[in-house]
Amino acid sequence: MLLVADDIHKTFPLPSGGAQAVLSGVSLALAPGETLALTGESGSGKSTLLHLLAGLDRPDSGSVTLGGAPLSTLPDAARAEARRTRIGLVFQQFNLIPSLDVAANLAFQARLAGRHDEGWCATLAERLGLAPHLSAWPETLSGGQQQRLAIGRALAAKPPLILADEPTGNLDEENAATVLALMLELAAETGAALVTVTHSATVAAAMSRRLHLSRGKLA
Amino acid sequence: MTRAALHALLSHWRRHPGQLATLLLGIAIATALFSAVQAINAEARASYAASEATLSPDAPDHLTSPAGRIPMQTFLALRAAGWQVSPVWEGETPEGLTVQGYDFLTLPMGSLPDLAPTLAQMPPSALITLPPPQWAAPESLAAAPQATPAPGLAPGLLVTTIDGAMALAPSGAITHLLVAPDAAQPLTRPPLAEVAPTLTRSRPQGGAEIARLTRSFHLNLTAFGLLSFAVGLFIAHGAIGLAFEQRRPMFRTLRALGLSTRLLAALTLAELTAFALVAGTLGLALGHVTAAALLPDVSASLRGLYGAALPGQLAFRPSWAATGLAIALAGTLAAGAGALLALARLPILASAKPRAWARASTRSLALQAAAGAALAAVGAAAVPLIGGLPGGFALLGGLLLGAALALPALLAALLAAAQHLARRPLAQWLWADARQQLPGLRLALMALLLALATNIGVGTMVSSFRLTFTGFLDQRLVSELYVTARSEDEATRLRAFLDTRPEVQATLPIWHVDVPMADQGAGELYGVADHPTYRDNWPLLSVTPGAWDRLATGDAVMINEQLARRAALGPGDTLQLAPDWQPEIVATYSDYGNPGPQAIVSVPALTRHFPDVPKLRHGIRVAPDDIPTLTAAITDDFGLPATALVPNAEIKAYSLAIFERTFAVTAALNALTLGVAALAILTAMLTLSTMRLPQIAPVWAMGTTRARLASLEALRTLALAAFTALFALPLGLALAWALLAVVNTEAFGWRLPMFLFPGQWALLFATALAAAALACFWPVLKLRRTQPATFLKTFASER
Repeated sequence: MLLVADDIHKTFPLPSGGAQAVLSGVSLALAPGETLALTGESGSGKSTLLHLLAGLDRPDSGSVTLGGAPLSTLPDAARAEARRTRIGLVFQQFNLIPSLDVAANLAFQARLAGRHDEGWCATLAERLGLAPHLSAWPETLSGGQQQRLAIGRALAAKPPLILADEPTGNLDEENAATVLALMLELAAETGAALVTVTHSATVAAAMSRRLHLSRGKLA
Repeated sequence: MTRAALHALLSHWRRHPGQLATLLLGIAIATALFSAVQAINAEARASYAASEATLSPDAPDHLTSPAGRIPMQTFLALRAAGWQVSPVWEGETPEGLTVQGYDFLTLPMGSLPDLAPTLAQMPPSALITLPPPQWAAPESLAAAPQATPAPGLAPGLLVTTIDGAMALAPSGAITHLLVAPDAAQPLTRPPLAEVAPTLTRSRPQGGAEIARLTRSFHLNLTAFGLLSFAVGLFIAHGAIGLAFEQRRPMFRTLRALGLSTRLLAALTLAELTAFALVAGTLGLALGHVTAAALLPDVSASLRGLYGAALPGQLAFRPSWAATGLAIALAGTLAAGAGALLALARLPILASAKPRAWARASTRSLALQAAAGAALAAVGAAAVPLIGGLPGGFALLGGLLLGAALALPALLAALLAAAQHLARRPLAQWLWADARQQLPGLRLALMALLLALATNIGVGTMVSSFRLTFTGFLDQRLVSELYVTARSEDEATRLRAFLDTRPEVQATLPIWHVDVPMADQGAGELYGVADHPTYRDNWPLLSVTPGAWDRLATGDAVMINEQLARRAALGPGDTLQLAPDWQPEIVATYSDYGNPGPQAIVSVPALTRHFPDVPKLRHGIRVAPDDIPTLTAAITDDFGLPATALVPNAEIKAYSLAIFERTFAVTAALNALTLGVAALAILTAMLTLSTMRLPQIAPVWAMGTTRARLASLEALRTLALAAFTALFALPLGLALAWALLAVVNTEAFGWRLPMFLFPGQWALLFATALAAAALACFWPVLKLRRTQPATFLKTFASER
């Protein structure tokens, strides 16, 4: 298995004191190249689970292993290295780097990981329809273009795992369909597994497997 | 509706107390430094006015002698001829007080207006009985405990009877005679020229003269005050701008909910006014404390430079407080004008663009740089066009403001070059992000540039001055020992005695008279001996061939730089020194520290034209090892007091001590300005830190540790400070040149050579980095400790 989450629990402190349980005993496994949709109502813990799978946060109990290595118990620097080299992240708000142009944004994570492949980046830019905009600033792009750039950035280092949080949540129907198709196509090409948090039935239906979260538990 | 809207607007500050503190601190500091300088200036002006007031319109004329002292025989001759004159004995007490002794029985009306009511109530017998009555200003009573307080008297002055003054300051003299009004003079009295041809009748000079002399000093202080005010306003401007950006969605919502633009602008204006008044009051309190701390050094400077005295305590003046609050209000409104204008133009339906402000700022960089270049050009043009001190200050202002405005564009270009040259992705991001951050940090960096450049400029000026002044003292104070006799007889015997001493290499007269010089007022005319001491050491600036030989023949004169500049005189011109004496100028010499005109001629020429010149003071050339023996011999044979025999080392130390205190205030203001600039960086970084999270979070998410991000943040701040310091160096040197070549020459009448001090620059560079490191320490620590959950909030729309 590429990714294994085992009996994950996570709570968040409440401003009024006490704590709110967000995830309670969640377990899942993902094979290389597999695609998975995480669905659920707002506040069900989908994004929190995705952050734990990405090593952005630690569970209160339980474990996350990536490629057999225990991600959740690694120190900060080692988790950072895992994110840099083995995980591609796509956010709903795109979270591009406004101070770098499109070309630099596209290549950024690959260069951080030390796996920059100029040819592959050019292919990605072409396939994602970004080639004419390489010297533009991210904020001048449309929402769809920005999300395509975020997907390109996540795939540039050819990581084995792509984690996407509502990748089409901010896009219109047509753009959403284009972005989804491109993401699945490129993930398949690179052999990356894909976990997508989504509210969209269309996106969920496009994945090979679907899991539904309800009040912090897998249904 | 208004109350609800105001509540909503103010809620922003409740949620961002740090930003509110920054805003209030900025206004308070700006007001504090400006009002501190204004308080000192107001105190000085009041002191000069008090000094001027002691000279009522009825004040009697003075009779003075070129020699500075009037022999008793001259006074008696005038009285015998019927002239109604009254002697004034002046001298210094060992405690440093100036003593003026009056003959109250012959004192003309209007002589001492401040003491007039007191004197009127005193029985005449009280003025001639022992102990003599004494009066002094309340702040001088520590040095004169027996004196009665007299608030109207100038600080440092002790007034007593002529007998009392002679006892307190025996080395003093009758410096002038007070002349009763013509109506009180006998009509049959002979003309003054007949009885006392060497005396000159004149109106007395007072505070107005001192105020004129010290104008440039106060102008310097005011310039510093304005600079600090500008630096403080940068902080306020930054805080207001950021608050506006953060409240933009709120403004739009309020507009959408039915609040008119006019009401919204009025509420924001009211909010700013309230902040200005609160912070302005705090600034006034801080300013009063700062002024009180600086006043002793200012007082010492004025006494050392111009002989003007200031009281030791600072008075509270309502007009000063009102001006301070007004300037705080005006400054705040100026700092917030941009935000208010943007508010008035805010489109109600435009989508939120959090980076619009930064983008707009970036776009305006080129425009701002062009405005900066134009300002610098206007400043440079002001010197030939306006001239004088105003021209000099316009040059300084143009240079400083112009460079500050151009700084962001220069930094942006430098950062773009660094980004272009960077190979690693994090390095590229570092420089690109620094460019992105520039609009938020630019005001703080401009403040740092101004503070650093001022430090370099003023530091170079002071150090150049110190170096020149030390060398100048070595040249001018060549004689190893200076001795002053108490009378002409004693002086004659002393010269004869010195001629017999084998250890004495030369006895050099230091005799002078005060004469009017080229419409520049009274100047000192010294006689110098024809001796290698002068030929080898005198600091000549421009000289004609054989100048010393011509001076020795008695038909030539050398003048100081001040007189040469002010009267536009130089070698080849002539100078009228007496009605029948107009020798040719053969050289000019530097004469630092002397505010007035001066000239030197040969001793025989001086005594020929002014036979009454006091011949009391002498410089003695003697081997340093022989000084103690010679001093002991003179003391034993003549009984001269210790104060009459001064080794040159003591005079040099005294002169240098005056010099150091003169610039102590400048150093304090320099340090304060640098401190304010560091604070500007700190506040800008703190307010930016929350806005920057969305830019840092993706880099963290993609696998850069918080420790690495924090160290990059520190590196970025240090790099920006270092770049700013690099730009500050040429600006500071230009400033030093302007101060030395234009402002000082106009203000003091002498031009100093400029020296470079790379050691000082290195120290200041290190100080700039230390200030930046200190300023970024807390924001960087905050970033280092940022919890992942905080970063995650920028990604997740839900949990």
